[in-house]
Amino acid sequence: MRAMNEHAVSLRTPLITGGRTIAQVTEDVCAPMEGRPTTLWWVAFLVSFVLMLLGVVAVSYQVATGIGTWGLNRTVGWAFDITNFVFWIGIGHAGTLISAILFLLRQRWRTSVNRAAEAMTIFAVICAAIFPFIHMGRPWFAYWVFPLPNTRGSLWVNFRSPLLWDVFAISTYFTISAVFWYVGLLPDLATVRDRLKNGLRRRVFAFFSLGWNGSYRTWHHYEAVYLLLAALGTPLVVSVHSIVSFDFATSLIPGWHTTIFPPYFVAGAIFSGMAMVLTLMIIARTTMRLEHYITVRHVDIMAKLVLTTGSIVGLAYATEFFIAAYSNNPYEQFVFINRAFGPFAWAYWTMVACNVITPQLFWFARVRTSLPAVFVLSLFVNVGMWFERFVIIVTSLHRDYLPSSWADYTPTSIEVATLVGSFGLFFTCFLLFCRFLPVIAIGEVKAVVAHDRHTIGERP
Amino acid sequence: MSRRVFLGVFEDEADIIAAAGASRARGFDIVDAFTPYAVHGLDRAMGLAPSWLPWACAALGATGLAFATWLQFWTTARSWPINVGGRPWNSLPAFVPVMFELMVLSAGVGVVLTFLIARRLGPWRRPDIVDPRVTHDRFVLVLDAGASDPRTVRRLFADHRAVAFEEREMEDKL
Repeated sequence: MRAMNEHAVSLRTPLITGGRTIAQVTEDVCAPMEGRPTTLWWVAFLVSFVLMLLGVVAVSYQVATGIGTWGLNRTVGWAFDITNFVFWIGIGHAGTLISAILFLLRQRWRTSVNRAAEAMTIFAVICAAIFPFIHMGRPWFAYWVFPLPNTRGSLWVNFRSPLLWDVFAISTYFTISAVFWYVGLLPDLATVRDRLKNGLRRRVFAFFSLGWNGSYRTWHHYEAVYLLLAALGTPLVVSVHSIVSFDFATSLIPGWHTTIFPPYFVAGAIFSGMAMVLTLMIIARTTMRLEHYITVRHVDIMAKLVLTTGSIVGLAYATEFFIAAYSNNPYEQFVFINRAFGPFAWAYWTMVACNVITPQLFWFARVRTSLPAVFVLSLFVNVGMWFERFVIIVTSLHRDYLPSSWADYTPTSIEVATLVGSFGLFFTCFLLFCRFLPVIAIGEVKAVVAHDRHTIGERP
Repeated sequence: MSRRVFLGVFEDEADIIAAAGASRARGFDIVDAFTPYAVHGLDRAMGLAPSWLPWACAALGATGLAFATWLQFWTTARSWPINVGGRPWNSLPAFVPVMFELMVLSAGVGVVLTFLIARRLGPWRRPDIVDPRVTHDRFVLVLDAGASDPRTVRRLFADHRAVAFEEREMEDKL
């Protein structure tokens, strides 16, 4: 199937540089797993782990004491936690974009980054899921969100509520992402298994590689499964952030009640996720010596994607303002003027600066191919997209229809510690992944290397 | 049951594709090939039929969709109907997101499980490794020996730059 299109995507320059052979691919990718961890890894791991512990303390205190430990009030009922939830779910979306959508679009460059991006998706969804879970206040009743037979009737969940759609969307998204990642990992686990001497590690890898032996009859079905998962993952990723946006769009709050929300949220999710992929890949490339696999060209392409999705997000910001003016709805108009010039103007303009203005530098090839510049700009996007969710949630809520119920919001130390803790959890998981599993899809990169050799004639 | 097979070891995907095509043209029965990655074009050279898994996936997706439709209708309109803002008991448009999610969930998880069962892959399965480098950088083509002469096959493989040739007994599992 892919062979048909190979002609169309055959490129003049190889995607994997350094004239790598397929044997070297195995060696290069397995090297960081087989050596001892570097000092840098230990420092990063310990810092992340400590931050994660901070989050554990904050969440434990909050669960034991109650939601009152947060800065929420009767008017601003959603703030930091839901911001973090939407932020982390958005981060995850780039992983699925790279693994599923770019696979369907035959973008061969994705093979260098898809494994790490999919891992990022899984960890980001775990971080995201924590927030609605702890926001329940009594997380031990969390199973009530599932339609389980019970002694209260059976009193069923309300299938008409977008919040319940979210439960199904997030759990499906997590499950399918994890399955997709594991299926992709399967042949590589076998590769690692066959390199190891007898011992515990080999037994663990043998267990999880499910007896994979490289049989082509298996590969043949495997390719079909992979394509099917990509085909299912593509509408899934669009549905997940659309449903997240329904949490807002189906309400009557000015600033939330807009039909632009689903595409705006999906574009924003991919924008933030791509930026996070860039942040992680630039670090991984340098610290794990993967320069031949994650090349400047990969960074360049991803920076273009950031520019594209960032421009869609910028257009959405402008559209919101235009529609508010054009609708002649005073509530809608007030909300947007309040966003740009009210008490949270600093958050609004941080968002615009980081999401709309600084990414414009990606129009210049010199910026896109300079790793330090891309790294800094990707951090800006991460900050900007966090503020976008904060602005949408808090500024729309804090000035209610009824001026007597207007309120302000400031996060408490517990909320800040929970956010910091979620970053700790994310990086702890990611560093463990880099240490114990192949960060690059060995099997897929080998196919690209072989393809490069046959089409470009780089045969050694 | 075991059978006698010929093994040819190759170093490049183009060689094994050509060797598989030539073996099939000469009427040999290709037992299997073992490769470090999914070699594109080898399926045609081996004459493999397209995978039937998309049909399984479609059936599983339809099952998930039907289940989600029934679940939401039955819980909301039949078992314990609750008036939510005066909406109809059977609020079909509001059920679409969950119908979609459960369809994707059952199609995706189901097709992977079907694949694992069909190829008999599982946590306690011992891998039958034909060559230790088959998950690394070697390509192995396995032909059924039948009544054919090992020298003919050896020459056929050598014509396609095989680096090793072997005749052995192999467990016939799949």
